[in-house]
Amino acid sequence: MLRIRRFEEKSAELYSLGKIRGFLHLYIGEEAVAAGALPAFTAEDAVVATYREHGHALVRGTPMGPLMAELYGKANGCARGRGGSMHFFDASRRFYGGLAIVGGGLPIAVGLALAQKLSTPSPSLDEGERQGRVTACFFGDGAVAEGEFHESLNLAALWKLPVLFLCENNFYAMGTALARHQSQTDIAFKAHAYAVPSAVVDGMDVLAVGEATRQAVNSVRQGSGPYLLEYRTYRFRAHSMYDAELYRTKEEVAKWKQRDPITTFETRLRELGWLTDADLQEMEDTIAAEIEDAVAFAEAGPWEPVEDLEKDVYTRT
Amino acid sequence: MTKITYREAVRAGLREALQSDPRVLLMGEDIGRYGGTYACSKGLLEEFGPERIRDTPLSENTFVGAGIGAALGGMKPIVEVMTVNFSLLALDQIVNNAATIRHMSGGQFNIPLVVRMATGAGRQVAAQHSHSFEGWYAHIPGIKVLTPATVTDAKGMLLSALKEPDPVFIFEHAYLYPMEGELDEQAFPVDISKAAVRRPGRDVSIITFGGSLWKALEAADRLATEGIDAEVIDLRVLRPLDAATILTSVRKTHRAVVVDEAWRTGSFAAEISAQIMEGAFYDLDGPVARVCSAEVPIPYPKHLEDAALPQPDTIVRAVRELLAR
Ligand SMILES: Cc1ncc(C[n+]2csc(CCOP(=O)(O)OP(=O)(O)O)c2C)c(N)n1
Repeated sequence: MLRIRRFEEKSAELYSLGKIRGFLHLYIGEEAVAAGALPAFTAEDAVVATYREHGHALVRGTPMGPLMAELYGKANGCARGRGGSMHFFDASRRFYGGLAIVGGGLPIAVGLALAQKLSTPSPSLDEGERQGRVTACFFGDGAVAEGEFHESLNLAALWKLPVLFLCENNFYAMGTALARHQSQTDIAFKAHAYAVPSAVVDGMDVLAVGEATRQAVNSVRQGSGPYLLEYRTYRFRAHSMYDAELYRTKEEVAKWKQRDPITTFETRLRELGWLTDADLQEMEDTIAAEIEDAVAFAEAGPWEPVEDLEKDVYTRT
Repeated sequence: MTKITYREAVRAGLREALQSDPRVLLMGEDIGRYGGTYACSKGLLEEFGPERIRDTPLSENTFVGAGIGAALGGMKPIVEVMTVNFSLLALDQIVNNAATIRHMSGGQFNIPLVVRMATGAGRQVAAQHSHSFEGWYAHIPGIKVLTPATVTDAKGMLLSALKEPDPVFIFEHAYLYPMEGELDEQAFPVDISKAAVRRPGRDVSIITFGGSLWKALEAADRLATEGIDAEVIDLRVLRPLDAATILTSVRKTHRAVVVDEAWRTGSFAAEISAQIMEGAFYDLDGPVARVCSAEVPIPYPKHLEDAALPQPDTIVRAVRELLAR
């Protein structure tokens, strides 16, 4: 969580310096979701994320250097610099974006889950081998209004596909509050309409996220079909760097900040005697060094040659 | 050479694809139990089972997107969209994902997806089932666009498309499904990079594709009785376009008539015309002529539908006018 927070704080700083351009959507406040949820998945599982995906890529294991270089638009970025902040990709970690059309990742996750189901070994194998691979699909509360959400839940349930729909409900779709865009604001409840089991999770509590996600993943792996988790969370920063935040009060933000997933977890660990000042300082130092290296990696990275502009539009050129 | 219908040729291609590669699966509305709106997949459910022949709900954007995901996951999906008009509901997945992910991921992911759909007018099914949008799709880098006009291409292009590592869109003119033709297995695997000269000629190049090919050939036969020797080019592949075949023909005949069933304004015919202007302007004896559909949603009554579409008559007239200059 701390790693995501510091990486993004640095990104915001580099944005002000003009090193990073375009849209930059920070995840600050929501770290417990990525940090708690992703460890429940194996390297064989697939992950589909949105444009607010820095945290997901970091927890999934993509090194910070290529991620920072991607923000710079450098050729040593995780997508050769062609995607930027909204389009992180990492084939080696089965990380399928970094997708910026709201709701657009859900059908792709359904298809990945279909492929996983069709290639899962037969039931004649023993328990361990039979464990199927699954797909994790992150999306925001805004995506719930798109037809693709409804179509995807229906299709995934109909075909009993191993996909986890992971809704990061931060209560706003840009500036539109949940109650202003949904007639039914209980997102987990909507899943029942498609016979998809679901649960609401405190998205500010990393342990609760971890526990709920592990349970859901286990059930999906057994072949019971899709599952929807609604993580209730909050972003502390504006929607993107361009947002004047006219749609919510400072008091509301301050209230949620009292539930900061990092400080509350820190307090808990200290109370248990599992974390000392020295431990924390060590973590901060390690992360600071990692970020410094990542920035150096990005700064030193080459720009993709303009001659390669039309490369990779098609596989064969 | 065997005589079969276009529909049977598509079905034969689908069967062969399913037999030859266990990763191939079919998805689409009513392709299984119903047998396909145009009966292209009739019998395949019984033969290959419901795991591989998947009836989908009416969720175009999601089942095309699921095709993209399945392709990313290592399968070889063939997705059928009933009619080109309905593919507009899947434009998000086609344009924003299928066409972009390879480039945007820095070449890390490719999408071996085949999407087939029926296109075109001529069956009195009115405006919401008759349009021709293949030219729009040909606008998009990252996908390939094929328009089989013969039974050989109907089967062969499908099989060749399956060998492509990138998304391929196949537009089958609905009017052609019952058409009979000679299946030329010698031609296999068919080349999906080249246009074909379907009728050689000296006096004018008639450039067309898909359902209009047969109208162009009929027009050329009629022109021959008047002593006008027309060359007919079947583009076959709209993206990437084989401009060389077009330019070679125009440099020989010095005149070009482009026939496209889409509306004239902003049509693919406009693109062909521009490419001829860029590549063979000084070889031309007159301006490039276009025969396209009237600028109306395709109407239901037969006489109006006929009047809206390019016809052998209108093609003959356009050629005569061009030669009279
Ligand atoms: C289809 C589509 N419509 C609109 C947008 C513009 N847009 C970008 S983010 C966003 C809000 C999405 O909110 P949500 O899904 O809740 O995600 P969050 O930003 O809260 O993580 C909108 C409207 C878009 N990218 N895609």
